Amino acid sequence: MANAVLTDFDPSGQGRGLFGVFRHRYLLQLLVRKELKVRYRRSVLGLLWSYVKPAVQFAVYFVAIGMFLGLNETMDNFAVYLFSGIIVMNFFTEAVRNATRSIIDNAALIKKIYLPRELFPVASVYVSAVHFLPQVVVLCVAMPFFGWRWDPTGILMVFIGFVLLLVLSIGLGLLFGALNVIFRDAENFVDLINMVITWSAPVLYTAVLVRDTLGETAFAFYQANPLVVIVELFHRGFWAPTVSHGVELAGQPLAQWLSITAATCIAVFVVGQLVFTKVSKRFAQEL
Amino acid sequence: MSTNTGAVAISAEHVVKRFTLRKTRELKELAVWLLTKRRGVGTESFLASNDVSFEVREGETLALLGFNGSGKSTMLKMISGVLTPDSGRIRTKGRLAGLIEVGAGFHHDLTGRENVYLNGAILGMSEKEIDEKFESIIDFAEIGEFIDTEVKFYSSGMYLRLAFAVAVHTDPDIFLIDEILAVGDEPFQRKCIARIKQFSEMGKTLIVVSHDLDLVSRICDRGIVLQRGVKTFDGQIDEAVSWLRGQA
Ligand SMILES: Nc1ncnc2c1ncn2[C@@H]1O[C@H](COP(=O)(O)OP(=O)(O)OP(=O)(O)O)[C@@H](O)[C@H]1O
Ligand SMILES: [Mg+2]
Repeated sequence: MANAVLTDFDPSGQGRGLFGVFRHRYLLQLLVRKELKVRYRRSVLGLLWSYVKPAVQFAVYFVAIGMFLGLNETMDNFAVYLFSGIIVMNFFTEAVRNATRSIIDNAALIKKIYLPRELFPVASVYVSAVHFLPQVVVLCVAMPFFGWRWDPTGILMVFIGFVLLLVLSIGLGLLFGALNVIFRDAENFVDLINMVITWSAPVLYTAVLVRDTLGETAFAFYQANPLVVIVELFHRGFWAPTVSHGVELAGQPLAQWLSITAATCIAVFVVGQLVFTKVSKRFAQEL
Repeated sequence: MSTNTGAVAISAEHVVKRFTLRKTRELKELAVWLLTKRRGVGTESFLASNDVSFEVREGETLALLGFNGSGKSTMLKMISGVLTPDSGRIRTKGRLAGLIEVGAGFHHDLTGRENVYLNGAILGMSEKEIDEKFESIIDFAEIGEFIDTEVKFYSSGMYLRLAFAVAVHTDPDIFLIDEILAVGDEPFQRKCIARIKQFSEMGKTLIVVSHDLDLVSRICDRGIVLQRGVKTFDGQIDEAVSWLRGQA
Protein backbone atom coordinates (compact mmCIF):
# COMPACT_ATOMS: atom_id res chain seq x y z
CA MET A 1 0.00 0.00 0.00
CA ALA A 2 1.11 3.51 -0.68
CA ASN A 3 1.28 4.49 2.96
CA ALA A 4 4.40 6.53 2.72
CA VAL A 5 2.47 9.77 2.99
CA LEU A 6 1.04 8.88 6.38
CA THR A 7 2.83 10.33 9.31
CA ASP A 8 3.28 8.03 12.22
CA PHE A 9 0.69 9.53 14.29
CA ASP A 10 2.20 12.06 16.53
CA PRO A 11 -0.53 12.64 19.05
CA SER A 12 -0.55 8.98 20.07
CA GLY A 13 1.35 9.21 23.28
CA GLN A 14 4.76 9.76 21.68
CA GLY A 15 4.60 13.27 23.02
CA ARG A 16 7.49 15.61 22.75
CA GLY A 17 7.56 16.30 26.44
CA LEU A 18 7.85 19.93 27.37
CA PHE A 19 8.29 20.96 23.74
CA GLY A 20 4.65 20.06 23.25
CA VAL A 21 3.80 22.52 26.00
CA PHE A 22 5.77 25.22 24.25
CA ARG A 23 3.74 24.67 21.09
CA HIS A 24 0.55 25.07 23.09
CA ARG A 25 1.58 28.15 25.04
CA TYR A 26 -1.65 30.00 24.28
CA LEU A 27 -3.59 27.12 25.80
CA LEU A 28 -1.19 27.10 28.75
CA GLN A 29 -1.93 30.75 29.33
CA LEU A 30 -5.69 30.08 29.26
CA LEU A 31 -5.33 27.14 31.66
CA VAL A 32 -3.44 29.34 34.09
CA ARG A 33 -6.04 32.08 33.80
CA LYS A 34 -8.80 29.51 34.33
CA GLU A 35 -7.06 28.14 37.40
CA LEU A 36 -6.70 31.58 38.97
CA LYS A 37 -10.20 32.60 38.06
CA VAL A 38 -11.73 29.43 39.47
CA ARG A 39 -9.67 29.58 42.61
CA TYR A 40 -10.62 33.17 43.40
CA ARG A 41 -14.17 33.25 42.10
CA ARG A 42 -16.57 35.00 44.44
CA SER A 43 -13.64 36.04 46.55
CA VAL A 44 -13.46 39.64 47.69
CA LEU A 45 -9.71 39.68 48.14
CA GLY A 46 -8.99 37.54 45.07
CA LEU A 47 -5.35 37.46 44.17
CA LEU A 48 -4.65 39.59 47.26
CA TRP A 49 -4.84 36.33 49.18
CA SER A 50 -1.43 35.54 47.80
CA TYR A 51 -0.15 38.48 49.85
CA VAL A 52 -2.29 37.92 52.92
CA LYS A 53 -1.37 34.28 53.45
CA PRO A 54 2.42 34.69 53.41
CA ALA A 55 2.11 37.87 55.45
CA VAL A 56 0.28 36.05 58.25
CA GLN A 57 2.62 33.09 58.01
CA PHE A 58 5.55 35.46 58.22
CA ALA A 59 4.10 37.23 61.24
CA VAL A 60 3.55 33.95 63.09
CA TYR A 61 7.07 32.73 62.47
CA PHE A 62 8.55 36.11 63.20
CA VAL A 63 6.89 36.23 66.60
CA ALA A 64 7.56 32.58 67.46
CA ILE A 65 11.08 32.18 66.17
CA GLY A 66 12.36 35.71 65.86
CA MET A 67 11.06 36.98 69.18
CA PHE A 68 10.42 33.98 71.45
CA LEU A 69 13.41 31.93 70.30
CA GLY A 70 15.46 35.08 69.99
CA LEU A 71 16.80 34.86 66.44
CA ASN A 72 15.79 38.46 66.00
CA GLU A 73 18.34 39.38 68.66
CA THR A 74 21.21 37.26 67.42
CA MET A 75 20.79 37.95 63.70
CA ASP A 76 20.78 41.15 61.71
CA ASN A 77 17.62 41.66 59.67
CA PHE A 78 16.09 38.34 60.62
CA ALA A 79 12.85 39.52 59.02
CA VAL A 80 14.47 39.64 55.57
CA TYR A 81 16.18 36.30 56.15
CA LEU A 82 12.89 34.70 57.15
CA PHE A 83 10.76 36.15 54.36
CA SER A 84 13.18 35.40 51.54
CA GLY A 85 13.23 31.76 52.67
CA ILE A 86 9.49 31.46 53.22
CA ILE A 87 8.63 32.56 49.69
CA VAL A 88 10.89 29.84 48.24
CA MET A 89 9.30 27.14 50.36
CA ASN A 90 5.81 28.39 49.61
CA PHE A 91 6.46 28.34 45.91
CA PHE A 92 7.89 24.85 46.09
CA THR A 93 5.20 23.28 48.27
CA GLU A 94 2.33 24.89 46.38
CA ALA A 95 3.75 24.01 42.97
CA VAL A 96 4.43 20.38 43.80
CA ARG A 97 1.16 19.84 45.64
CA ASN A 98 -0.95 21.27 42.84
CA ALA A 99 1.04 19.62 40.06
CA THR A 100 0.55 16.29 41.81
CA ARG A 101 -3.21 16.77 41.71
CA SER A 102 -3.27 18.34 38.25
CA ILE A 103 -3.72 15.17 36.21
CA ILE A 104 -6.60 13.74 38.20
CA ASP A 105 -8.20 17.16 38.53
CA ASN A 106 -8.26 17.41 34.75
CA ALA A 107 -9.36 13.81 34.23
CA ALA A 108 -12.48 14.78 32.29
CA LEU A 109 -10.37 16.49 29.68
CA ILE A 110 -7.48 14.04 29.58
CA LYS A 111 -9.86 11.12 29.01
CA LYS A 112 -11.49 12.72 26.02
CA ILE A 113 -9.16 14.98 24.12
CA TYR A 114 -5.54 14.46 23.27
CA LEU A 115 -3.26 17.25 24.47
CA PRO A 116 0.33 17.19 25.65
CA ARG A 117 -0.43 16.15 29.22
CA GLU A 118 2.60 18.00 30.53
CA LEU A 119 0.46 21.10 30.14
CA PHE A 120 -1.36 20.43 33.41
CA PRO A 121 1.56 20.10 35.84
CA VAL A 122 3.31 22.98 34.09
CA ALA A 123 0.19 25.13 34.46
CA SER A 124 0.17 24.36 38.20
CA VAL A 125 3.78 25.46 38.56
CA TYR A 126 2.99 28.56 36.51
CA VAL A 127 0.12 29.43 38.87
CA SER A 128 2.53 29.17 41.82
CA ALA A 129 4.87 31.53 40.02
CA VAL A 130 2.01 34.00 39.65
CA HIS A 131 1.62 33.88 43.42
CA PHE A 132 5.36 34.02 43.97
CA LEU A 133 6.34 37.06 41.93
CA PRO A 134 4.32 39.66 43.89
CA GLN A 135 6.01 38.40 47.06
CA VAL A 136 9.39 39.01 45.48
CA VAL A 137 8.23 42.50 44.60
CA VAL A 138 7.22 43.10 48.23
CA LEU A 139 10.65 41.94 49.30
CA CYS A 140 12.38 44.21 46.78
CA VAL A 141 10.37 47.19 47.92
CA ALA A 142 11.13 46.49 51.59
CA MET A 143 14.84 45.78 51.24
CA PRO A 144 16.14 49.35 50.87
CA PHE A 145 14.65 50.07 54.31
CA PHE A 146 16.81 47.30 55.73
CA GLY A 147 19.99 48.82 54.38
CA TRP A 148 20.22 46.86 51.13
CA ARG A 149 23.16 47.80 48.96
CA TRP A 150 23.37 47.32 45.20
CA ASP A 151 24.79 43.86 44.56
CA PRO A 152 24.70 42.40 41.02
CA THR A 153 26.16 39.06 42.17
CA GLY A 154 23.30 38.69 44.63
CA ILE A 155 20.73 39.36 41.91
CA LEU A 156 22.38 36.77 39.69
CA MET A 157 22.22 34.26 42.57
CA VAL A 158 18.49 34.83 43.04
CA PHE A 159 17.98 34.37 39.32
CA ILE A 160 19.96 31.11 39.27
CA GLY A 161 18.13 29.99 42.39
CA PHE A 162 14.76 30.59 40.78
CA VAL A 163 15.68 28.71 37.60
CA LEU A 164 16.83 25.72 39.69
CA LEU A 165 13.66 25.95 41.75
CA LEU A 166 11.54 25.85 38.57
CA VAL A 167 13.40 22.85 37.16
CA LEU A 168 13.08 20.98 40.46
CA SER A 169 9.38 21.81 40.91
CA ILE A 170 8.42 20.87 37.36
CA GLY A 171 10.42 17.65 37.62
CA LEU A 172 8.77 16.60 40.88
CA GLY A 173 5.39 17.82 39.62
CA LEU A 174 5.67 15.60 36.53
CA LEU A 175 6.84 12.65 38.61
CA PHE A 176 4.16 12.80 41.29
CA GLY A 177 1.43 13.97 38.93
CA ALA A 178 1.95 10.79 36.89
CA LEU A 179 2.34 8.49 39.89
CA ASN A 180 -0.80 9.90 41.46
CA VAL A 181 -2.86 8.50 38.58
CA ILE A 182 -1.81 4.98 39.52
CA PHE A 183 -1.34 5.34 43.26
CA ARG A 184 -3.46 8.02 44.88
CA ASP A 185 -1.06 7.69 47.79
CA ALA A 186 1.21 10.11 45.96
CA GLU A 187 -0.90 13.01 47.13
CA ASN A 188 -0.51 12.15 50.79
CA PHE A 189 3.12 11.36 50.28
CA VAL A 190 3.69 14.80 48.79
CA ASP A 191 1.91 16.44 51.73
CA LEU A 192 4.23 14.56 54.02
CA ILE A 193 7.33 15.62 52.10
CA ASN A 194 6.12 19.20 52.11
CA MET A 195 5.76 19.12 55.87
CA VAL A 196 9.26 17.76 56.35
CA ILE A 197 10.82 19.95 53.70
CA THR A 198 9.65 23.16 55.36
CA TRP A 199 12.01 22.33 58.19
CA SER A 200 14.71 20.71 56.09
CA ALA A 201 15.96 23.95 54.58
CA PRO A 202 17.47 26.84 56.54
CA VAL A 203 14.35 29.00 56.58
CA LEU A 204 13.46 29.09 60.26
CA TYR A 205 17.04 28.66 61.47
CA THR A 206 20.52 29.18 60.04
CA ALA A 207 22.69 26.60 58.32
CA VAL A 208 25.51 27.40 60.71
CA LEU A 209 23.43 25.86 63.51
CA VAL A 210 23.11 22.66 61.52
CA ARG A 211 26.84 22.42 60.91
CA ASP A 212 27.65 23.07 64.56
CA THR A 213 25.15 20.47 65.70
CA LEU A 214 25.75 17.71 63.15
CA GLY A 215 29.41 18.11 62.23
CA GLU A 216 30.99 18.48 58.78
CA THR A 217 30.18 15.05 57.34
CA ALA A 218 26.49 15.15 58.09
CA PHE A 219 26.44 18.77 56.95
CA ALA A 220 27.57 17.65 53.50
CA PHE A 221 24.51 15.37 53.30
CA TYR A 222 22.34 18.20 54.54
CA GLN A 223 23.56 20.42 51.71
CA ALA A 224 22.90 17.72 49.13
CA ASN A 225 19.22 18.69 49.46
CA PRO A 226 18.82 21.06 46.50
CA LEU A 227 16.36 23.19 48.43
CA VAL A 228 19.00 24.01 51.01
CA VAL A 229 21.26 25.50 48.38
CA ILE A 230 18.37 27.22 46.57
CA VAL A 231 17.16 28.87 49.79
CA GLU A 232 20.71 29.98 50.52
CA LEU A 233 20.97 31.49 47.03
CA PHE A 234 17.93 33.60 47.88
CA HIS A 235 19.51 34.53 51.22
CA ARG A 236 22.66 35.46 49.36
CA GLY A 237 20.69 37.74 47.03
CA PHE A 238 18.16 39.29 49.39
CA TRP A 239 19.52 39.06 52.91
CA ALA A 240 23.34 39.15 52.68
CA PRO A 241 23.47 42.60 51.02
CA THR A 242 21.41 44.04 53.90
CA VAL A 243 23.88 43.08 56.64
CA SER A 244 27.14 44.91 57.07
CA HIS A 245 29.38 42.04 58.18
CA GLY A 246 30.24 38.90 56.24
CA VAL A 247 27.68 36.11 56.42
CA GLU A 248 28.10 32.38 56.57
CA LEU A 249 25.70 30.43 54.37
CA ALA A 250 25.46 26.79 53.37
CA GLY A 251 26.55 25.73 49.89
CA GLN A 252 30.18 26.87 50.08
CA PRO A 253 32.37 26.57 48.07
CA LEU A 254 29.70 27.92 45.78
CA ALA A 255 30.96 26.56 42.45
CA GLN A 256 31.00 23.03 43.80
CA TRP A 257 27.58 23.16 45.46
CA LEU A 258 25.97 24.99 42.56
CA SER A 259 27.12 22.22 40.22
CA ILE A 260 25.86 19.51 42.57
CA THR A 261 22.50 21.24 43.01
CA ALA A 262 22.09 21.89 39.30
CA ALA A 263 22.94 18.25 38.57
CA THR A 264 20.39 17.06 41.14
CA CYS A 265 17.64 19.32 39.80
CA ILE A 266 18.30 18.26 36.23
CA ALA A 267 18.38 14.59 37.23
CA VAL A 268 15.05 14.95 39.04
CA PHE A 269 13.62 16.68 36.00
CA VAL A 270 14.82 13.98 33.60
CA VAL A 271 13.46 11.19 35.80
CA GLY A 272 10.18 13.08 36.18
CA GLN A 273 9.82 13.53 32.44
CA LEU A 274 10.71 9.90 31.69
CA VAL A 275 8.24 8.52 34.22
CA PHE A 276 5.59 10.96 33.01
CA THR A 277 6.07 9.97 29.39
CA LYS A 278 5.83 6.31 30.25
CA VAL A 279 2.81 6.53 32.54
CA SER A 280 0.95 9.13 30.46
CA LYS A 281 0.19 6.46 27.84
CA ARG A 282 -2.08 4.92 30.45
CA PHE A 283 -3.66 8.11 31.79
CA ALA A 284 -6.87 7.89 29.77
CA GLN A 285 -7.64 4.32 30.76
CA GLU A 286 -6.62 4.56 34.41
CA LEU A 287 -8.42 7.76 35.31
CA MET B 1 -15.64 -1.59 -0.41
CA SER B 2 -15.73 2.10 -0.95
CA THR B 3 -15.38 3.56 -4.39
CA ASN B 4 -13.37 6.43 -2.96
CA THR B 5 -9.85 6.49 -4.31
CA GLY B 6 -8.25 9.39 -2.42
CA ALA B 7 -5.04 9.08 -0.44
CA VAL B 8 -5.11 7.18 2.82
CA ALA B 9 -6.04 9.44 5.74
CA ILE B 10 -6.20 6.91 8.56
CA SER B 11 -4.66 3.50 8.71
CA ALA B 12 -5.16 1.02 11.52
CA GLU B 13 -3.06 -2.12 11.41
CA HIS B 14 -3.74 -5.08 13.70
CA VAL B 15 -4.81 -2.86 16.55
CA VAL B 16 -5.17 -4.61 19.90
CA LYS B 17 -6.36 -2.96 23.11
CA ARG B 18 -6.83 -4.84 26.34
CA PHE B 19 -8.31 -3.30 29.49
CA THR B 20 -7.70 -4.50 32.99
CA LEU B 21 -10.95 -4.54 34.83
CA ARG B 22 -9.95 -4.53 38.47
CA LYS B 23 -7.91 -1.60 39.56
CA THR B 24 -7.88 -1.54 43.33
CA ARG B 25 -4.43 -1.31 44.76
CA GLU B 26 -4.54 -2.05 48.40
CA LEU B 27 -1.51 -2.94 50.40
CA LYS B 28 -2.89 -6.41 50.98
CA GLU B 29 -3.22 -7.12 47.28
CA LEU B 30 0.09 -5.54 46.52
CA ALA B 31 1.75 -7.81 49.04
CA VAL B 32 0.09 -10.88 47.50
CA TRP B 33 1.15 -9.73 44.08
CA LEU B 34 4.75 -9.23 45.17
CA LEU B 35 4.95 -12.50 47.08
CA THR B 36 3.39 -14.70 44.42
CA LYS B 37 5.23 -12.82 41.67
CA ARG B 38 2.35 -13.56 39.39
CA ARG B 39 1.20 -10.72 37.31
CA GLY B 40 -2.52 -10.41 36.85
CA VAL B 41 -3.49 -12.38 39.91
CA GLY B 42 -7.17 -11.69 40.43
CA THR B 43 -7.25 -9.21 37.58
CA GLU B 44 -9.68 -9.78 34.78
CA SER B 45 -8.91 -8.34 31.43
CA PHE B 46 -11.06 -7.50 28.49
CA LEU B 47 -10.21 -7.19 24.81
CA ALA B 48 -11.87 -3.99 23.59
CA SER B 49 -10.09 -4.13 20.25
CA ASN B 50 -8.98 -7.46 18.85
CA ASP B 51 -6.72 -7.30 15.82
CA VAL B 52 -8.69 -4.62 13.99
CA SER B 53 -7.34 -3.32 10.69
CA PHE B 54 -8.84 -0.85 8.26
CA GLU B 55 -7.99 2.12 6.10
CA VAL B 56 -9.93 5.29 5.61
CA ARG B 57 -9.32 7.43 2.55
CA GLU B 58 -9.42 11.20 2.40
CA GLY B 59 -12.95 12.47 2.06
CA GLU B 60 -14.50 9.18 3.05
CA THR B 61 -17.38 9.11 5.55
CA LEU B 62 -17.23 6.05 7.72
CA ALA B 63 -19.67 4.88 10.38
CA LEU B 64 -18.44 2.68 13.21
CA LEU B 65 -21.37 0.54 14.25
CA GLY B 66 -21.92 -2.00 16.99
CA PHE B 67 -23.79 -2.70 20.19
CA ASN B 68 -22.94 -1.21 23.57
CA GLY B 69 -19.49 -2.11 24.73
CA SER B 70 -18.33 -3.34 21.32
CA GLY B 71 -15.30 -1.06 21.31
CA LYS B 72 -16.35 1.87 19.12
CA SER B 73 -15.42 4.65 21.51
CA THR B 74 -12.21 2.85 22.32
CA MET B 75 -11.29 2.81 18.63
CA LEU B 76 -12.05 6.53 18.21
CA LYS B 77 -9.96 7.34 21.26
CA MET B 78 -7.06 5.37 19.86
CA ILE B 79 -7.34 7.22 16.56
CA SER B 80 -7.37 10.57 18.36
CA GLY B 81 -4.38 9.60 20.51
CA VAL B 82 -6.16 9.66 23.86
CA LEU B 83 -5.60 5.91 24.24
CA THR B 84 -2.53 4.06 23.03
CA PRO B 85 -2.95 0.60 21.41
CA ASP B 86 -1.21 -2.29 23.16
CA SER B 87 0.01 -3.56 19.83
CA GLY B 88 -0.53 -2.73 16.20
CA ARG B 89 -0.27 0.70 14.74
CA ILE B 90 -2.50 3.63 13.91
CA ARG B 91 -1.38 6.35 11.58
CA THR B 92 -3.17 9.46 10.46
CA LYS B 93 -2.61 12.29 8.07
CA GLY B 94 -3.68 15.84 8.64
CA ARG B 95 -5.16 17.80 11.50
CA LEU B 96 -7.58 15.85 13.57
CA ALA B 97 -10.48 16.92 15.77
CA GLY B 98 -12.04 14.43 18.08
CA LEU B 99 -15.54 15.30 19.08
CA ILE B 100 -15.41 12.42 21.50
CA GLU B 101 -17.72 14.25 23.78
CA VAL B 102 -18.90 17.81 23.44
CA GLY B 103 -18.00 20.11 26.22
CA ALA B 104 -15.20 17.95 27.59
CA GLY B 105 -13.08 21.04 28.09
CA PHE B 106 -15.87 23.22 29.50
CA HIS B 107 -15.53 24.52 32.99
CA HIS B 108 -18.82 25.29 34.71
CA ASP B 109 -17.42 28.25 36.65
CA LEU B 110 -16.32 30.11 33.55
CA THR B 111 -18.60 32.20 31.37
CA GLY B 112 -19.70 31.13 27.93
CA ARG B 113 -17.20 33.51 26.37
CA GLU B 114 -14.28 32.21 28.44
CA ASN B 115 -15.28 28.66 27.67
CA VAL B 116 -15.36 29.36 23.95
CA TYR B 117 -11.75 30.54 24.11
CA LEU B 118 -10.60 27.74 26.39
CA ASN B 119 -12.33 25.03 24.40
CA GLY B 120 -11.23 26.52 21.10
CA ALA B 121 -7.63 26.42 22.28
CA ILE B 122 -8.07 22.88 23.56
CA LEU B 123 -9.33 21.85 20.14
CA GLY B 124 -6.24 23.39 18.59
CA MET B 125 -7.35 26.87 17.49
CA SER B 126 -5.11 29.90 17.86
CA GLU B 127 -6.23 33.07 19.60
CA LYS B 128 -6.59 34.85 16.27
CA GLU B 129 -8.68 32.04 14.81
CA ILE B 130 -11.06 32.14 17.77
CA ASP B 131 -11.32 35.94 17.61
CA GLU B 132 -12.28 35.71 13.96
CA LYS B 133 -14.82 32.95 14.44
CA PHE B 134 -16.28 34.17 17.70
CA GLU B 135 -19.33 35.87 16.18
CA SER B 136 -20.04 32.92 14.00
CA ILE B 137 -19.79 30.53 16.96
CA ILE B 138 -22.28 32.58 18.97
CA ASP B 139 -24.63 32.79 16.00
CA PHE B 140 -24.46 29.08 15.46
CA ALA B 141 -25.16 28.33 19.12
CA GLU B 142 -27.94 30.96 19.30
CA ILE B 143 -26.91 31.70 22.86
CA GLY B 144 -27.46 35.44 22.61
CA GLU B 145 -27.15 37.47 25.80
CA PHE B 146 -26.17 34.44 27.89
CA ILE B 147 -22.64 34.48 26.49
CA ASP B 148 -21.26 36.30 29.53
CA THR B 149 -23.09 34.11 32.05
CA GLU B 150 -21.30 31.24 33.79
CA VAL B 151 -22.17 28.06 31.96
CA LYS B 152 -23.40 26.31 35.11
CA PHE B 153 -26.49 28.50 34.77
CA TYR B 154 -27.15 27.28 31.23
CA SER B 155 -29.81 24.73 30.45
CA SER B 156 -28.20 21.46 29.40
CA GLY B 157 -29.28 22.06 25.82
CA MET B 158 -27.69 25.51 25.72
CA TYR B 159 -24.49 24.12 27.11
CA LEU B 160 -24.32 21.43 24.45
CA ARG B 161 -25.16 23.89 21.70
CA LEU B 162 -22.30 26.17 22.63
CA ALA B 163 -19.89 23.26 22.94
CA PHE B 164 -20.98 21.86 19.60
CA ALA B 165 -20.70 25.28 17.98
CA VAL B 166 -17.08 25.59 19.09
CA ALA B 167 -16.29 22.09 17.89
CA VAL B 168 -17.67 22.63 14.38
CA HIS B 169 -15.71 25.84 14.03
CA THR B 170 -12.37 24.10 14.29
CA ASP B 171 -10.99 23.42 10.87
CA PRO B 172 -9.56 19.90 10.90
CA ASP B 173 -9.04 17.48 8.03
CA ILE B 174 -10.42 14.55 9.98
CA PHE B 175 -13.47 14.65 12.21
CA LEU B 176 -14.12 11.97 14.80
CA ILE B 177 -17.69 12.14 16.08
CA ASP B 178 -18.96 10.03 18.95
CA GLU B 179 -22.68 10.09 19.74
CA ILE B 180 -23.01 13.81 19.59
CA LEU B 181 -25.18 14.36 16.59
CA ALA B 182 -28.32 14.41 18.66
CA VAL B 183 -27.74 17.43 20.83
CA GLY B 184 -30.24 20.14 21.52
CA ASP B 185 -33.78 20.50 20.27
CA GLU B 186 -35.01 19.36 16.88
CA PRO B 187 -34.20 22.48 14.87
CA PHE B 188 -30.71 22.52 16.30
CA GLN B 189 -30.23 18.83 15.56
CA ARG B 190 -31.14 19.47 11.96
CA LYS B 191 -28.64 22.29 11.84
CA CYS B 192 -25.90 20.07 13.27
CA ILE B 193 -26.56 17.32 10.79
CA ALA B 194 -26.58 19.84 7.94
CA ARG B 195 -23.22 21.08 9.17
CA ILE B 196 -21.77 17.57 9.30
CA LYS B 197 -22.99 16.89 5.78
CA GLN B 198 -21.41 20.14 4.66
CA PHE B 199 -18.10 18.90 6.06
CA SER B 200 -18.30 15.74 4.03
CA GLU B 201 -19.11 17.75 0.91
CA MET B 202 -16.03 19.86 1.59
CA GLY B 203 -14.04 16.65 1.34
CA LYS B 204 -13.27 16.21 5.01
CA THR B 205 -12.80 12.73 6.37
CA LEU B 206 -15.46 11.73 8.88
CA ILE B 207 -15.73 8.84 11.29
CA VAL B 208 -19.10 8.77 12.99
CA VAL B 209 -20.21 6.60 15.90
CA SER B 210 -23.94 6.54 16.49
CA HIS B 211 -26.73 4.18 17.43
CA ASP B 212 -29.10 6.11 15.20
CA LEU B 213 -28.80 3.82 12.20
CA ASP B 214 -31.10 5.84 9.95
CA LEU B 215 -29.10 8.93 10.62
CA VAL B 216 -25.73 7.34 9.87
CA SER B 217 -27.15 5.89 6.67
CA ARG B 218 -27.89 9.42 5.56
CA ILE B 219 -24.48 10.80 6.48
CA CYS B 220 -22.03 7.98 5.76
CA ASP B 221 -21.03 5.97 2.72
CA ARG B 222 -19.29 3.14 4.46
CA GLY B 223 -19.86 1.17 7.64
CA ILE B 224 -17.65 -0.99 9.82
CA VAL B 225 -19.33 -3.22 12.37
CA LEU B 226 -17.51 -4.09 15.58
CA GLN B 227 -18.60 -6.94 17.82
CA ARG B 228 -16.79 -7.54 21.10
CA GLY B 229 -13.76 -5.78 19.73
CA VAL B 230 -13.64 -7.72 16.47
CA LYS B 231 -14.33 -6.20 13.07
CA THR B 232 -17.08 -8.36 11.64
CA PHE B 233 -18.26 -6.33 8.67
CA ASP B 234 -16.81 -3.65 6.43
CA GLY B 235 -18.69 -2.36 3.43
CA GLN B 236 -21.47 -0.14 2.06
CA ILE B 237 -23.38 1.61 4.80
CA ASP B 238 -26.76 0.09 3.86
CA GLU B 239 -25.33 -3.40 3.93
CA ALA B 240 -23.57 -2.72 7.22
CA VAL B 241 -26.79 -1.47 8.79
CA SER B 242 -28.84 -4.45 7.64
CA TRP B 243 -26.05 -6.80 8.70
CA LEU B 244 -26.05 -5.27 12.17
CA ARG B 245 -29.86 -5.40 12.36
CA GLY B 246 -29.63 -9.06 11.46
CA GLN B 247 -27.43 -9.67 14.48
CA ALA B 248 -29.85 -8.31 17.04
N1 LIG C 1 -10.72 2.71 30.78
C1 LIG C 1 -11.30 1.51 30.73
N2 LIG C 1 -11.00 0.57 31.64
C2 LIG C 1 -11.57 -0.66 31.58
N3 LIG C 1 -12.43 -1.04 30.65
C3 LIG C 1 -12.78 -0.14 29.71
C4 LIG C 1 -12.24 1.17 29.70
N4 LIG C 1 -12.76 1.84 28.65
C5 LIG C 1 -13.59 0.99 28.04
N5 LIG C 1 -13.60 -0.21 28.66
C6 LIG C 1 -14.37 -1.39 28.27
O1 LIG C 1 -14.16 -1.63 26.90
C7 LIG C 1 -15.37 -2.05 26.29
C8 LIG C 1 -15.64 -1.20 25.06
O2 LIG C 1 -15.99 0.09 25.48
P1 LIG C 1 -16.38 1.24 24.46
O3 LIG C 1 -16.60 2.46 25.25
O4 LIG C 1 -15.36 1.30 23.38
O5 LIG C 1 -17.74 0.71 23.87
P2 LIG C 1 -18.69 1.38 22.80
O6 LIG C 1 -18.69 0.50 21.61
O7 LIG C 1 -18.33 2.79 22.61
O8 LIG C 1 -20.09 1.25 23.54
P3 LIG C 1 -21.34 2.27 23.58
O9 LIG C 1 -22.16 1.97 22.40
O10 LIG C 1 -22.03 1.87 24.84
O11 LIG C 1 -20.80 3.64 23.62
C9 LIG C 1 -16.44 -1.97 27.35
O12 LIG C 1 -16.69 -3.29 27.82
C10 LIG C 1 -15.84 -1.15 28.44
O13 LIG C 1 -16.27 -1.60 29.70
MG1 LIG D 1 -19.21 4.66 23.16
